Amino acid sequence: MCPPKIALPHRAPDCSYDGRVAQPLSKDDVAHVARLARLSLSSEELERYTTQLASVLEHAADIGALDIEGVPPTAHPFPLVNVFRQDVPRPCLDRDEVLSQAPEVEDDRFRIPRILGEAL
Amino acid sequence: MTSVVEMAAAVRRGELSAVAIIEQHLSRIDQDEADIHAFNLVMADHARARAAEVDGMVARGEDPGALAGVPVALKDLICTRGTPTTCSSRILEGWVPPYDATVVSRLTEAGAVFVGKTNMDEFAMGSSTENSAFGPTRNPRDLSRVPGGSSGGSAAAVAAGFAAIALGSDTGGSIRQPAALCGVVGVKPTYGMVSRYGLVAFASSLDQIGPFATSVADAALALDTISGHDEADSTSLPTDSARARENLGRGVEGLRVGVIAELAGAEGIAPDVAARIREAAEALAASGAKVEETSVPAVRYGLSAYYMIAPAEASSNLARYDGVRYGLRKPGADITEMYMATRSAGFGPEVKRRIMLGTYVLSAGYYDAYYGKSQKVRTLIIRDFEEAYRSFDVLLSPTAPTTAFELGTKTSDPLTMYLSDICTIPSNLAGHPAISVPFGTGDDGLPVGAQVLAPAAGEPVMFQVAEVLEAAAAAKGGGR
Repeated sequence: MCPPKIALPHRAPDCSYDGRVAQPLSKDDVAHVARLARLSLSSEELERYTTQLASVLEHAADIGALDIEGVPPTAHPFPLVNVFRQDVPRPCLDRDEVLSQAPEVEDDRFRIPRILGEAL
Repeated sequence: MTSVVEMAAAVRRGELSAVAIIEQHLSRIDQDEADIHAFNLVMADHARARAAEVDGMVARGEDPGALAGVPVALKDLICTRGTPTTCSSRILEGWVPPYDATVVSRLTEAGAVFVGKTNMDEFAMGSSTENSAFGPTRNPRDLSRVPGGSSGGSAAAVAAGFAAIALGSDTGGSIRQPAALCGVVGVKPTYGMVSRYGLVAFASSLDQIGPFATSVADAALALDTISGHDEADSTSLPTDSARARENLGRGVEGLRVGVIAELAGAEGIAPDVAARIREAAEALAASGAKVEETSVPAVRYGLSAYYMIAPAEASSNLARYDGVRYGLRKPGADITEMYMATRSAGFGPEVKRRIMLGTYVLSAGYYDAYYGKSQKVRTLIIRDFEEAYRSFDVLLSPTAPTTAFELGTKTSDPLTMYLSDICTIPSNLAGHPAISVPFGTGDDGLPVGAQVLAPAAGEPVMFQVAEVLEAAAAAKGGGR
């Protein structure tokens, strides 16, 4: 006995890259994204990442072509919500042990460089 | 090789000393580690002291636990208090966690002895362990080949006899694929079955810790030891354990096994791998299972959805590496410059690639087209699996499309590397468990892994089927 073949009604008939959903990725896009992600790239890196990221996005065009308007999104395998523990005080991480791992510490606090635009 | 089950039992009875066991493993490490590079850190002194402690407990009439004296290797993204945890990244080089992961506490309570922290692709991003900042790991079966990844060091440590059990993490196949390539058993448990507390996050809705072992029974014991609810991980399931050993020894008579058509014979699956999976299906049928081909149509979109969802979550999770609280800091005139200098120096190329990809697919104008759509595909995959599990108890597929490939052959083209995960990704997207069991070898004589997939919390039946496959592979003479 063969189980019924499961049809996927939402699938577009053709999964070619014709269904591309966005403009091809440009070097400007990658430079912008790198800035958002707080990464600085050399011009050689910019060139290479643009090509590589474009090829991954192109592969993903197969899902761009799917007509799945009414399908609900899944963000998490099991939708657990409002998971609480008892509100009882208990020991936390040892402060000195935590601070011993920080690049710079002053008066039991993390020390950071000047925040942009902040008056001294 | 003595099984973990026998080893721990003998230690508990006082017939075998934990010190003798660890010395045996350390001497194998001394002999072969320079060639293989399975570890970022070998914890020899710690392991000797700990083994003596376990023997001391037995001498005093105390029971050290179910894994008494068993040498365990930990992937280097599992936090160990007082012992460096690097994620094979320069950005965490030298970092010493101020707490233990829950799996570390549970293994300690069970009497295990930690041997070392294993090499991996940086932040678990990769399928060959070549993305490590500290150099690649080599496959113990053939040093010219990769061990798979990202948990390549853990798979290699078990395959080389450096540890009896190793833990890895699996976000898109990072336990199962290296297990297949190194010829050992590797398990990705149901999402939430094992606490992620103290696991450095890559993609939080997909990450899951699981064991490597040389046998199905040993992997089951290890999983039962580390699984179960943990208050410290709000996504952990409200169960006591995975009950992985519950159905062992029962055979597969009457069980229904579906061979996933889209993965078993698909384009990109090497003919020798496809042939082994057909033989695995035949072996299960010969043992009394009802085996049929079935279709899980949406899995063909798994790879695309995964390479949107996982980088999106990673781009958010890895924002924490900012040079403020721990790890590397490179100086800058203001805080933004410091962030940029630190992150650019600390992250390797694949991590940067995925952070940028994730940032892009989450950015205004592209969110719906890429990330939103991928989340819908995730729903389709879950639905198609649910449909398949109405007719079948478990599903079968290859674990990886090929046997272990040579170092350097896939590093220049990220997409080619990503295709290594095509059979393993669907289980992560669905949150389901899956196991890779060695099943014969390819034309090159290197191991092939058969993957058994089960529905959520289906570990008992998954291990039941895996054990029969293991016996069939041994009977064929090609299992190991």
